[in-house]
Amino acid sequence: MKMRKNTEAKVEQNMTAMIDVVFQLLTFFVMSFKVAAMEGDFNIKMPASGASSASVTDTAPPIKIKMSAGENGTLKNFKVGSNEPMINFKDMTRTIKSLLKSSSSPGLENETEVELDCDYTLKYEYVIKAITAISGEKQSDGSVVKLVQKIKFSPPKAAPAN
Amino acid sequence: MKVKKAESNILEGDMTPMIDMTFQLIAFLMVMINFTADDVSNKLTLPESELARPPEGEPEKNRLIIQLTKDNKVIMGGDELSLDRLKAMLSAEARAFTNQGVLLTDATVYIRADTECRTGKVQEVIKECQAQKFERFVLRAKEKGGN
Repeated sequence: MKMRKNTEAKVEQNMTAMIDVVFQLLTFFVMSFKVAAMEGDFNIKMPASGASSASVTDTAPPIKIKMSAGENGTLKNFKVGSNEPMINFKDMTRTIKSLLKSSSSPGLENETEVELDCDYTLKYEYVIKAITAISGEKQSDGSVVKLVQKIKFSPPKAAPAN
Repeated sequence: MKVKKAESNILEGDMTPMIDMTFQLIAFLMVMINFTADDVSNKLTLPESELARPPEGEPEKNRLIIQLTKDNKVIMGGDELSLDRLKAMLSAEARAFTNQGVLLTDATVYIRADTECRTGKVQEVIKECQAQKFERFVLRAKEKGGN
């Protein structure tokens, strides 16, 4: 009897199709991947004026900050309460800190409210700078000392004619 | 004489490491990809703030995102809207929240405005939201030193 030689059957899979699909997937994900910038929030609780909400309390009136716009919406100056006009946001933080210190009530930063009264044409970046200056101060070690947490806007002004 | 069997001349590279790497890449990109950011316009340059920190915990469920471009245009749900159209959209959103049993005082309006946008326009948008009884607002800023 003729004996058949026992040959080892080597089954090779065709990988081409899988690699094609995998590369398609890779291309899709690479194309739709975008590195999103980290974004942070500033919370503002602002019910409509005249609304009978619980936030209307008999606490001290808010500190008013008047921000005036110059040409092209740049910041001309700002006034914190009845203080002299300023231009530097570090002065804003300093003034807010002194106003908070001058009050004898501890933990006043939780109660004090700031009202921003901004010109219509003022660029929004200055508002965020002001909110940053009002709401806290970054220390050299990276920690943040919280200042005023209640911030609101005064009613909007009419848009300029042009 | 013993005849040697002719060996195949086809050289096959080992594909295993390449496929491994490719799958690793796909896994990484799948985890990092964020489709939810699609409702956020790339046309905007958010103002920077050193105190802006990414919010911790779960993202707010009951939220609206309103964006304002440097040309003072309002974008909501991917559409550019006039102030009148915004009123109608906000009214519809308010109705939808109410139907879901969500109090409008618990819903949050996220405002993403360009650095160049006029503050008055942002205030007008806030006023329209207030008219629909929204009370909670979040002003978005870019983390200083971030990308």
